[in-house]
Amino acid sequence: MGETVKVIGAFDSPFSHRAEVALRLKGVPYELLLEDLGNKSDLLLKHNPIHKKVPVLLHGDRTIPESLVIVEYVDEAFQGPPLLPADPFDRATARFWARFLDDKCSTPFWLSLWTEGEVQQGFMKEIKGNLKLLEGQLKGKRFFGGDTIGLVDIAASGFAHWLPLFEEVAGVTLATPEEFPDLCRWGKDYTSHDTVKQCLPDRATLLARFTAKKDMFVSTVKSMAPKS
Amino acid sequence: MGDHELKLLGMWASPFVLRARLALSFKGLSYEYIEEEIFGNKSALLDKSNPVHKKVPVLIHKDKSICESQIIVEYIDEVFSGTGPSLLPVDPYDRAVARFWAAYIDDKLFSLFMMMIKGKTTEDKAKGRRHSFAVAETLEGALKGCSKGKSFFGGDNVGFLDIVLGGFVAWVHTRDILSRSKQFDAGKTPLLAAWLERFCALDATKAVMPDVEKLVELSKMRQARDDAAAAAVSQSN
Repeated sequence: MGETVKVIGAFDSPFSHRAEVALRLKGVPYELLLEDLGNKSDLLLKHNPIHKKVPVLLHGDRTIPESLVIVEYVDEAFQGPPLLPADPFDRATARFWARFLDDKCSTPFWLSLWTEGEVQQGFMKEIKGNLKLLEGQLKGKRFFGGDTIGLVDIAASGFAHWLPLFEEVAGVTLATPEEFPDLCRWGKDYTSHDTVKQCLPDRATLLARFTAKKDMFVSTVKSMAPKS
Repeated sequence: MGDHELKLLGMWASPFVLRARLALSFKGLSYEYIEEEIFGNKSALLDKSNPVHKKVPVLIHKDKSICESQIIVEYIDEVFSGTGPSLLPVDPYDRAVARFWAAYIDDKLFSLFMMMIKGKTTEDKAKGRRHSFAVAETLEGALKGCSKGKSFFGGDNVGFLDIVLGGFVAWVHTRDILSRSKQFDAGKTPLLAAWLERFCALDATKAVMPDVEKLVELSKMRQARDDAAAAAVSQSN
């Protein structure tokens, strides 16, 4: 029997999902400790004092924060199907697109939802352009990882499950099947995957929560969006 | 081109390019270095090999392009695992710790340098300086944890994290000169200050370090250009 594995996560969080899905794909049992991000626990603050964010992986006495660092750790520390390709160039490519998602997609995505007018149009153009680049990486494969789910699929999971929900709450359309046929098809394949389904938060609950928080989301971007 | 069929597209002043050069240097790998124009148009080769970001560094290995400095360092370490020292630790947890701090460095340190270099007001610059001391103190803790009493983040030898932070050392020296203060103050962050000296004394580092005097000149030139642009804007309002 190996050491205890726990994930400090949050119900709503796509980053938290990344950690969970990596563990499940590797067949690693874990305990999920759910945080109320409005009232962070001492456990979270102790284990991620730098960023104070979820997810955090606890493996025995080891602490690993940052979702993409966690995914690579899970891939290396546990047996089971690989989450990264074997070839170094393919690995570099996977890491590149995983970082692209976090560095270039998260912020314009968020801003495109909650801003208005010309500013919003600008962010929508940016996120759509970046999603197009990402979609290009599918190249007829079922998943970014090929036949099986890999690092890029996990990194992009927010766009599979959370994107349509946020579009609904915000009343914004970013990725239609007409404009993004491969990406939308991938999103369906990802969210219906047997292992993935086990750790995706329930759609209806998420929708209700995000709808209730809409005003708060709008206020967060006011400090982020450039002044026009 | 050298035995390893490697080319590096770079720019002499870039800390991210320096990272890639440090990795190649510490691994003892030969490569063709191609300088991109600092203020000029991007070359066709750069556009083709990094179409997404159009930025340096780009490593070209047997006609395949690898972009993003940290990814380049990991790639070099994996492909040339038999050549030179290993850069990433062997243990998965130590690797995760190294990657965590590498992400932190890119997230916090780089944006702070930008704030200090490009800060419009004296307050911006002062804020940048305060935050950079806070970041330095955090990195001091990281060094203590990772080095476990040894000389480098990687232990006895230079590793991934030394190279990730090492990319910034030329700019640290430049800021030290321009601000007449130490970014890694021996009084506040003794381990980091000692690390900086040790790291810069290594032959493999010296072989690729850019000329700090030229960086100081470049910094002053950029500042003058930014000041002129700001003055022009305020005059036209």
